[in-house]
Amino acid sequence: MATGEALLQLPFTVNKGEVAIMLEFVQQLVNGLSLGAIYALIALGYTMVYGIIMLINFAHGDIMMVGAFVGFYSITLLGTNIVMAMIFAMIACAVLGVVIEKVAYRPLRGSTRIAALITAIGMSLFLEYMTIFLLGPQQKVFPHSAFPLKEYNAMGLLITNKDIFIIVSAVVLMIILQYIIKMTKTGKAMRAVSVDREAAVLMGISVDKTISITFAIGSALAAAAGVMVGVYYNTINPLMGIIPGLKAFVAAVLGGIGIVPGAMVGGFVMGILETFVSGYGSSLYRDAVAFGVLILILLIKPTGLFGKDTGEKV
Amino acid sequence: MRKGVLKRLSVLVLMVFVLGIAVGCGGGAQNAGDEDKGGEIKVGLNVELSGGVASYGTNCRDGAMLAIEEINAAGGVLGKQLNPIVRDCKSLADEAMSVSAALVDEGIVAQIGPLVSGNVQGSTPVMMDNGIPLIAPAATAPNVTVDEKTGETLNSIFRVCFIDPFQGTLMAEFAADNLGAKTAAIYKDASTDYGKGLAEYFKKTFEAKGGTIVAEEGFVKDDRDFKAALTRIRGKNPDFIYVPGYYQEVAPLVKQARELGITAPMGGGDGWDSPDMVSVATAPNLNNTYFTNHYSSQDKDPKIVAFVEAYKAKYNKEPDAFAALGYDAVQLLAQAIKDANSAEPAAITEALAKIKDFEGITGKMTIDEQHNPVKAGVIIEFKDGNQVMNTRIQP
Amino acid sequence: MQESKHKWIRFCGEVLILVALFTAVQYAITAGLLNMYYQINLTSMCINIILAVSLNLINGFTGQLSLGHAGFMAVGAYSAVIMTQFLGQPFAIGIIAACVAAAIAGFIIGVPTLRLKGDYLAIATLAFGEIIRVVLMNIDYVNGPAGVVGISKLTTWPVLYWSMIITILVVVNLINSSYGRAIVSVREDEVAAELMGINTTRYKVIAFVIGAMFAGLAGALYAHFFYIIKPETFNFLKSFDILVMVVLGGLGSTTGAIIAAIFITALTAALQSFPAIRMILYALILIIVMIYRPQGLMGNKEFSRETFNRIWGGRK
Repeated sequence: MATGEALLQLPFTVNKGEVAIMLEFVQQLVNGLSLGAIYALIALGYTMVYGIIMLINFAHGDIMMVGAFVGFYSITLLGTNIVMAMIFAMIACAVLGVVIEKVAYRPLRGSTRIAALITAIGMSLFLEYMTIFLLGPQQKVFPHSAFPLKEYNAMGLLITNKDIFIIVSAVVLMIILQYIIKMTKTGKAMRAVSVDREAAVLMGISVDKTISITFAIGSALAAAAGVMVGVYYNTINPLMGIIPGLKAFVAAVLGGIGIVPGAMVGGFVMGILETFVSGYGSSLYRDAVAFGVLILILLIKPTGLFGKDTGEKV
Repeated sequence: MRKGVLKRLSVLVLMVFVLGIAVGCGGGAQNAGDEDKGGEIKVGLNVELSGGVASYGTNCRDGAMLAIEEINAAGGVLGKQLNPIVRDCKSLADEAMSVSAALVDEGIVAQIGPLVSGNVQGSTPVMMDNGIPLIAPAATAPNVTVDEKTGETLNSIFRVCFIDPFQGTLMAEFAADNLGAKTAAIYKDASTDYGKGLAEYFKKTFEAKGGTIVAEEGFVKDDRDFKAALTRIRGKNPDFIYVPGYYQEVAPLVKQARELGITAPMGGGDGWDSPDMVSVATAPNLNNTYFTNHYSSQDKDPKIVAFVEAYKAKYNKEPDAFAALGYDAVQLLAQAIKDANSAEPAAITEALAKIKDFEGITGKMTIDEQHNPVKAGVIIEFKDGNQVMNTRIQP
Repeated sequence: MQESKHKWIRFCGEVLILVALFTAVQYAITAGLLNMYYQINLTSMCINIILAVSLNLINGFTGQLSLGHAGFMAVGAYSAVIMTQFLGQPFAIGIIAACVAAAIAGFIIGVPTLRLKGDYLAIATLAFGEIIRVVLMNIDYVNGPAGVVGISKLTTWPVLYWSMIITILVVVNLINSSYGRAIVSVREDEVAAELMGINTTRYKVIAFVIGAMFAGLAGALYAHFFYIIKPETFNFLKSFDILVMVVLGGLGSTTGAIIAAIFITALTAALQSFPAIRMILYALILIIVMIYRPQGLMGNKEFSRETFNRIWGGRK
């Protein structure tokens, strides 16, 4: 233990002072990026769904939770590796997302946005407590063997393979998403429906199908985030989706809800901001700061950092 | 105006109507309670089965039910069978009160639970008003059994666990004397009175022993990312890190601390006791960590071994301290009923206050005038994933 | 003349029924007919009615979805407790302080956020509610997360009952006044209301502040019955609980809110032993009601004698 301690403290004892402060700063940045990648993935689903049907899908965080549980059972019961677990979780949640949309949100498409929001809250509670009812309230431990930890020490900066895994897979998923939205026919349809639904119908686009696909993609991304949370924090529980869900929503609003690149940036900004609040301020006020950011954005620039102001259509 | 009046009328009629139904339904339950089914003793289990601390309540219930089963299999108490009535207080103080009232209504002679101090306090007025004893298995806040304003002991409230000041003091002494720590950092669960209480007494004792607290950080319930504050603590390079909190947060916290290269010994309280500590934090990361606890499931004491085996056989899981405390709470109640030679709440209350040298799974206990058990605490060390008893400290 | 005399008789009859109901329960309590369990549930019921009726004023009549009602309840509870337990003031002062503090909080939060539309407002109020809770958790004067324990039981049946009646009366009469019509017009069509010269923000804020004030009242009553309050009690799940009542009863129906509050309280008590099922049931209520009857069970209709007449096929 003694040698290990000396080794690890080397950068601090040798380069006390400013270097140590810089190092701490960069370390916080790395921590923030991993957290931000998770937020960004969840925020993407919020933003896509909002962009297309103007609904804050309150249940989105809980879809992430379901994704984490699917990943967990795929590893423990089926013995798959982490990548397969992630794919299973994404498929399962894509289906779940489509079903939720069909059963709960589609009948409400004509009614008020408040009605839809209340339904979404109901769906969120339903997923949480159905999971508790079926699997019990206890947390489950994600097996370590699924993802053996490796640490890389670069000049006193500690980066684990988990950080790399999360950031890399988040970026890969975002690139795929951008490709789908910008380059494919489906993406074109999604953009068309979100700009003007009636016109899209006239152009021969199936709105129902497009909305289903949007839910499928958004939910799959949330599922990926869920498995990442499992890998990163090792425990999952039925209520794990609430707080990250709310934070990711803040991220989506921050970037401009309905705007895909905005959600990514918003996610990373939120992750880094939170880490810095806990790192340099007090973790006790972290949640308050996150919600404070939300309120500030809503009051100052409700369209978010990347949004354009469009007056209300009458 | 006229319309408003009519509305109110109908509302009131409806209220009376619904009230009538509610009273009617409940009345049935009460009648069932009044019948004495040929000598059975009703024990209320008012525990958290859902909500924030559902796992404590669930494990405690399992421990308590095991005790009741064993007692009944051995012929019951005073020749009567114990009949447990289990209710969920949803981890809410107001629900705890309502549940207690319902249990009292069903004719319980004593209540076990709830687990968390705040919920016990919610239940307190009902138990006090009806003069029915409450045995709190794990409520460690000092003001659970004592009225803060008057300093008087609450008549009907007892517990089988030690209190927060004891745990904080114990760990501070251990860190300073046994580990030789000169500096310490505190990283507490600031969203619970538990974390705050332990931290306060740790700080007091540690500073009294000449040590310095170099950093004091807080996290909140449901946090999963502790790297920011840990990075800051790492910069202070303390000899010891005290982490009073519950295992859901502590396990990932310890893991992240080790991943950040913090090798200093870490310590905490009974909230650390869970099989999940090892499965989440992993065995190597937990080396050189210690916590104060009520008992150790790895203890080789034959009584504990028997309990652990019975519990494992019944539930197929390791009993944590909550399970053991639930078990002890029931056994203590049975002892009091035997001592009083009566299953009347008043007699049981009296007998509980006089308990001496009761041999529980969590140690030998004597109830003091503040209704706290005087009992030993243990310091448990994690060694390669096993809980090893380091020292047992008799106050 | 005849008409007004008729009105008077009916009014007196009304008052008589209110007083009779009050006296009956009061008698039942003093005579020990109503045991503790029912007293607790009765108290919850009355507090829930106050909460549901006041939230309905905001969500139902004004059409502004607020998810921060528990936050105002917390402000009221803590203000009242500080007055009675820390400063030694009588309960009446505590209740007034609770109402004033919650109304001020409602004003401070309402003025900026009520500019927001629909779901944005919902999220902003949710965020504010959570911020209130986090701030309370960090105030050592009120013991932070541990909360205040040993609050004297001052919420007696008379206080509770008349608080509830006053809440209902104020909300009902507000809705039936010219203010009320302006408030409802904001819900029906904000732009049209604005064009008609109605200062929509002003009416939204009025409704919001009054709603918050009664939530504060409910908080004060709650604190002085349940012995302990802590910030955790007032988290957003509590706001959702109240929302379920309003949605079930009908957005924009006071009687609906009252019936739903009574029903949900009774349901909660009945499902004490099946906690997970209770929450699943809540969730299903929200979803199913929104899909099949988005206006709630009562819609914006009130349950009145006319309804009775219709049901019983009485005089036309």
